[in-house]
This record gives sequence, structure tokens and C-alpha cells, in this order.
Amino acid sequence: MAKITFIEHSGAEHTVEVEPGMTVMESAIKNDVPGIEAECGGACACATCHVYVEDAWRAATGAPEEMEEDMLDFAFEVRESSRLSCQIKVTDALDGLVVRVPEKQF
Amino acid sequence: MQQEVFTSAAADGATAPIETHAVIIGAGPCALFAVFELGLVDIETHLIDILDKPGGQCAELYPEKPIYDIPGLPIVTGQGLTDRLMEQIEPFSPTFHLNQRVDQLERLADGRFRLVTDLGQEFITQLVVVAAGGGSFTPKRPPLQGIEGYEGTSVHYSVRRIEDFRDREILIAGGGDSALDWALALQPVAKKLTVVHRRDKFRAAPDSVNRMLAEVDSGEMDFLLGQVTALHGDNGQLEAVTIRAKEGESRFECDTMLPFFGLTMKLGPVADWGLNLHQNLIEVDTEKFETSEPGIFAVGDINSYPGKLKLILSGFHEAALMSQAAHKIIYPDQKLVFQYTTSSSSLQKKLGVR
Ligand SMILES: Cc1cc2nc3c(=O)[nH]c(=O)nc-3n(C[C@H](O)[C@H](O)[C@H](O)COP(=O)(O)OP(=O)(O)OC[C@H]3O[C@@H](n4cnc5c(N)ncnc54)[C@H](O)[C@@H]3O)c2cc1C
Ligand code: FES
Repeated sequence: MAKITFIEHSGAEHTVEVEPGMTVMESAIKNDVPGIEAECGGACACATCHVYVEDAWRAATGAPEEMEEDMLDFAFEVRESSRLSCQIKVTDALDGLVVRVPEKQF
Repeated sequence: MQQEVFTSAAADGATAPIETHAVIIGAGPCALFAVFELGLVDIETHLIDILDKPGGQCAELYPEKPIYDIPGLPIVTGQGLTDRLMEQIEPFSPTFHLNQRVDQLERLADGRFRLVTDLGQEFITQLVVVAAGGGSFTPKRPPLQGIEGYEGTSVHYSVRRIEDFRDREILIAGGGDSALDWALALQPVAKKLTVVHRRDKFRAAPDSVNRMLAEVDSGEMDFLLGQVTALHGDNGQLEAVTIRAKEGESRFECDTMLPFFGLTMKLGPVADWGLNLHQNLIEVDTEKFETSEPGIFAVGDINSYPGKLKLILSGFHEAALMSQAAHKIIYPDQKLVFQYTTSSSSLQKKLGVR
């Protein structure tokens, strides 16, 4: 199991236990983490699962692929650390991952 | 991709009221299969969708992604399924009314229904099939403070008449096909036109990208790298926006903004038609898939009943059963004999295979 922490815009933290193989989005939905909407259910088709990856974890999570980068055009307040959480697969290497939830999804 | 549609009535400007057997609200996969099932029992259909193409979620949200649970089609993409359905319903020549939203639905004194779209097109029909899926596809509204106050005056999500934008200082936000197409279309009438996008790559048809870059090179339009983070103005009149870029924030003067950040599904007018709803879904029975209003049916993602699964195949089944009940309304004196398409010569004649 890997631990993932979601920090809401308000500062509220949610740490959830995730089985490797799930996506970061799925772990948020399964644990009712507020602010991750995931309208398209993880198909990289809605950009409402947008998160900011904490700097220390950016190397481990890697860069978005082209389709995700395209979809990020439809997210709000995109930054260098922006990712669509449905495109981040949880592995043991991501145990301890910290991501921030934007103030608003679109 | 724009797909060829059999007949597309009045994209602009309403014509005289259209009288028909059945109006289907939505043109998603379940609506398309409903055309087939209704066609088999001799019911003619008109479909209305706010999208510019048939296929609903399949065509708009995931045209290139594979679906694995359509019976008999081990793998088919969203667009592929839409194309197959369009082929399957071709013998019934349904009429599509695209780019318009059904706003009103009411019962007339004679028991029929009257529908009116946002373009003012009227329909008089004996029955209605609501196949509205997750609701109307609606442009995404950027979560910018106070944006509602500018909508309709300074902030627009679509263009009905290019002329309305003459001599304006226009900012177009986004980098997809809609953003670039409208940038190119409005540039000739605008006083000044600027595109703002978060990166210098555009997810749009290569031809539009080339034309846009050429116009930027020649100074006919401007391009800014960044994202809009705030709006400034008074009384619904936009004066400037704040743009955040790598170098920091700056103020940019413009009187009109068009944000193009894709579409999302909103229930929309479906909620106003007096139908019994359960968590924003229309309650139906599981024999006829009829709503609380006799003569109004609901199939696909928009309906709700015990055990409902929001799957395309469920909507197909619902359409088949709904059509049996629909036949009783349109042809009250005719007895419907159960037939197979494999062996019935009358069904095969309708399908044009005999
Ligand atoms: C990424 C993704 C993957 C999916 N994968 C699968 C899968 O593998 N298998 C599966 O079975 N399902 C899948 N689905 C779900 C499937 O797409 C839906 O169940 C299906 O699209 C529902 O069809 P529908 O015809 O009921 O409605 P929709 O496809 O939602 O279409 C409804 C249409 O009605 C229009 N509309 C609504 N209100 C109005 C109005 N007032 N006026 C005019 N037009 C209106 C909308 O604009 C829309 O085009 C997936 C969905 C998504 C998003
Ligand atoms: S859930 Fe829709 S893009 Fe991630």
C-alpha cells in the first residue's frame, strides 16, 4: 500500500492508503477527497481531476504525455507542476506522494 | 470531425413548426438506436442536439477511445460506434436538427406536445423521447471571479453573428479548434484580436494553426503566452483582464473575451419540464420507459429506475421496449406482431434489404 496526501486549497489535508496500480484520481474518488471531480471517469477527457504535484515529487511522477498535455489546455490555472491525476498510476515508488488540489476545477 | 448527416434542417433561423410522430431530445448513441427501434414500428423521428454532430458523449468526449462492452463488437471507438449506428438507421431517414437546444416542452390541449428550441424552431409531436444523457453539452465557464456579470455583454462562449463583434477589441482564450477557428473568423471584423493560450502548442487542425501563425507574423492578430486570472470592468462592460505568464502578471486591455475551454454536460432545460426527477435523472418505469407524463419517454443515461446501469447497452434495450409502447400511441388500432429482423419480410422491406 502507498500513502498519498491531498492538500485542499484551504489547507485541509487528506491522507489515503492506495493499492499500487490504481490511479491517483481513483484513490481520491474512492476516499471522497473533495475537489477532484473526474467527470469523465479517468479517460483523460475532462480535465476535472487536475492537481499540482509537490516539487519534491515531480521527478517521481514524471511529465505528462502529449494527450494529457493537450487536455491540460482545458484545465484552469495550469502550472509547471500540473497533472491530471487520472493519468498518474500509483506505484510503490510514489509512497508518500503529496499533491495539491486546485481552488477550482473548471 | 464533422460527420455527414442525412438531412440537417434549418441550422440558422427557424422555419414553420414541424409536425411529426416523435421528437428525440439528444442525438447520443441511445437516441440513435431509438431511431432504429422506432423505425421498425413505422414511427418517424426528428432528433435535436445542441452539439454540431450526432454521437453524444461518444463523439464529443471520446471519439478515439475504445469501448469493449458493446455486444458483438469486441472493440469499437466512440466515433466508430456512432458511425455504425448512423449506418444502421439510414433506412429510416431521421431528420437531425443540430446546434440547437430544446428549451421548452409542453403538452397541447389535443394531447400532443409542443417543443421549442433556443433558435425558435417549433415542433408539434405525438410523443417525445428524452435521450438527453448527462444533459446538454455546455461550454465550460472559467472560474474567474465575477465572470457571470459579463456574460452576454462582454464575455461570450459562442458566436451567432460575426457582425456583432465588429470593431471590438477581442481576446480569445484557449488553443483548440474552436479558439483558432473563431480567431480566424473574427479577425477581419475586429478592431484588434488577440489569442491568449498557456503554451505555444495548439491542439487544432494543422491548417488553422498555420493560418493563425501566419496572421500573427504579419501583425493581423496577436498571440500572448499566458492565462487569464482576473477580469476588470464595470456594469458588465469588460475593460481589461489580468494575464499571468512566466514573467509575472500584467494587465491587458480588451472589451470582449471569448473563452474556449471545451464542453461539459449540464442538466439544463430538462429540469424545467415538470417530469419527476430523482437526483437529476428522470424516473421511468421498466416496462415502457415512460416518464411521469404519459407520452414522454426517457432512455439512456438520463433515466433512472431500480438497478439502472449507465451503459450504452442498457439504453439500447430501453429503446426497444419503449418503441413497443410508442407504437400503441401512434397506431392505437394496430396490433403489433412480434417479429425478427432475420426472418420478417416486412421488417426487411423497411430496412431496404429486401
Ligand atoms: C470517457 C468515457 C468512456 C465511456 N466508456 C463507456 C464504455 O466503455 N461502455 C459504455 O457502455 N459506456 C461508456 N461510457 C458511457 C456512455 O458514453 C454513455 O452511457 C452514453 O453516451 C449515453 O448515451 P445517451 O444517448 O443516453 O446520452 P449522451 O451520449 O450523453 O448524449 C446526450 C445528448 O443529448 C444532448 N442534449 C441534452 N439535453 C439537450 C437539450 N435540452 N437539447 C438538445 N440536446 C440536448 C446532449 O448535448 C448530448 O449530445 C463512457 C463515457 C465516457 C465519458
Ligand atoms: S478524470 Fe477526466 S481527465 Fe482525469
